[in-house]
Amino acid sequence: MTQLDYILQQIVNAVSLGSLYALVAVGLSIVFGVLKLTNFAHGDVMMVGAFGVALLAGIGVPFPVAVICGIAAAAVTGFLIERIAYRPIRDAPDVARLLTSLAVTYIIENVGILVFTSSPRNFPLPDILNTSWEVSNGAITFTSINLLTIALTFVSLLLLGWFITRTTTGLGMRAAAEDMSAAQLVGLNVNRLIVVAFIVASAYAGLAGILWAAQAGVVQPQMGFTPLLKAFVAAIIGGFGSIAGALVGGYILGALEIFIVAFLPSAVSSYRDAIVFAVLIAFLLVRPGGLLQPNREIKL
Amino acid sequence: MSREARITLLVLVALVAGAAVAFGAPHVLSDYFVRIILLIALNAILVLALSLSNGFTGVFSLGHVGFIGAGAYISGILSIPVQQKMALLPHLPAFLHAFSLPFLPATLVAGLLTALLAVVVGYPLMRLSGYFVSVATMGFLIIVNVVLINASDFTRGARTFTGVPLETTLPWVMGWLAITLFVLARLVYSPFGRAMKAVRDDTIAASAVGIGVLRTRLIAFVTGAFFSGVGGSLYAHYLGSFSPNTFYFALTMSLITMLVLGGMGSLTGAVVGVVCVSLLSEVLRTVERGFTIGDFAVPALFGASQIVLGFIFILVMIFRPKGIMGDREFTFGLTQGSATVNQTEERKR
Repeated sequence: MTQLDYILQQIVNAVSLGSLYALVAVGLSIVFGVLKLTNFAHGDVMMVGAFGVALLAGIGVPFPVAVICGIAAAAVTGFLIERIAYRPIRDAPDVARLLTSLAVTYIIENVGILVFTSSPRNFPLPDILNTSWEVSNGAITFTSINLLTIALTFVSLLLLGWFITRTTTGLGMRAAAEDMSAAQLVGLNVNRLIVVAFIVASAYAGLAGILWAAQAGVVQPQMGFTPLLKAFVAAIIGGFGSIAGALVGGYILGALEIFIVAFLPSAVSSYRDAIVFAVLIAFLLVRPGGLLQPNREIKL
Repeated sequence: MSREARITLLVLVALVAGAAVAFGAPHVLSDYFVRIILLIALNAILVLALSLSNGFTGVFSLGHVGFIGAGAYISGILSIPVQQKMALLPHLPAFLHAFSLPFLPATLVAGLLTALLAVVVGYPLMRLSGYFVSVATMGFLIIVNVVLINASDFTRGARTFTGVPLETTLPWVMGWLAITLFVLARLVYSPFGRAMKAVRDDTIAASAVGIGVLRTRLIAFVTGAFFSGVGGSLYAHYLGSFSPNTFYFALTMSLITMLVLGGMGSLTGAVVGVVCVSLLSEVLRTVERGFTIGDFAVPALFGASQIVLGFIFILVMIFRPKGIMGDREFTFGLTQGSATVNQTEERKR
């Protein structure tokens, strides 16, 4: 294996991981854009999506149908969380809402452990998605699910871009993100827009959770927490509340993580997560608006 | 009787009652109840340490458990007996192998080193406010966890850290609780305490009247970290063995629940929150093991207690965001309490 092949392999890995972070971060940013709420329960919505697929495919439902049901289950979960926990405290201070979302996370994860126990379960992936591909005599390898992750991220984000720039509801969501009370004054139904934002964000979380579980091969009730924290860092790096920022941040974080492990000695790379969160703190201190100034581009 | 004399009397009565519990309870009550009282007092120290920045200064830290973990590990490394240290932590630097400290000095060193860490961490982070400081301190908590897992020469990594002598008895904890309460009460109800609340209520107005916002926040943060480190040391000597994940999000969540439930602007409120949540989780823990009523058997539902606590937290957030006590104190009518604070609250409405 040549040096170049090694680097190319790491780039493939970075794009694949970055796509997942971007998908999760986009959902976080949609909710943050509209509500100024850091939704920690987003990771658990991912878990719901992945578990839905694992359970349905486990009882013989065709895989594509199971995926659609999983995404729907995630969307419904997001809707319920907004309705039950977040709506009553919408006017509370930021910190109170942050804590509430932590409590929601805590509840969902413990319900998951209660029902499914905390031991990992197999995620049944069809063989066609498990085939691996080799380029340049096996120096670079990736699986179909890597490709599918990258492709689905691309397609779903195009779809989101169309939704928030071309549809009335999408434009309304951006208006609400810009100025909630002004949006209300011009006659937009803000409650409905927030519900839509949650459903869209949660559907993205469901998709991300399914792809995450497909790459890991297992599902587990606490599986959403780590990707959530990472996606949160990605969103802050890019500029929290901005969709383009979430995308940029996701790929930067994916590359950072892969390259730390690939090119630094193991004494340093085992501190990967510490480095990632040090980057988070550095951004909060030096550039809280992230790389893209969120008020200069399409904001949601 | 003058007001000062009455306060002195109240403090004396409280001290005597505390001492009676500390030294009397082990002779009267069963080990189970003594353990509950000990845990309540221990958690009270941790929550009070948290209340200083989160409640009184308006800097909502999610990272204090990082300080508790640091305190636990520092004190553990210092106080494992020399012979065991060689076997358990063979790669420690030589000077740490040479000695082992008794309980009290180890606890003090843990508190001081943790406070030092808080100076380093707090100096940049205390510039942030509101939501951002919560997120940044949460990042600090995660970094501490990663370091504890990876610095295996010092901490045995993700494996259980063990061999810490079990020296945390009820009198020790009650003694430290008394010191914590005394120091915090002196701090919070002093001119400096007013500065803390001013920084919390209106940062701009506070700096306009000449209060150093960064300095005030930093002092509150570092003092809280000192007592977190002390509490961590007590925790270490209570558990005897623990791992990095003992000091992570689950502990953070339960301490914050206690603080928010009790009331964030009140020292006695913090203690009330600790007592309520501790007793409740003890009851729930008994229930979740499963029980039978007549012919009806309730199966074991492990994790149910956390779910109930989570719901209680959300209900408090919705219906009583200021907690049980808000910013009032239990004073038995002997002091003016926080009457002035209440007046400002009234005016705000």
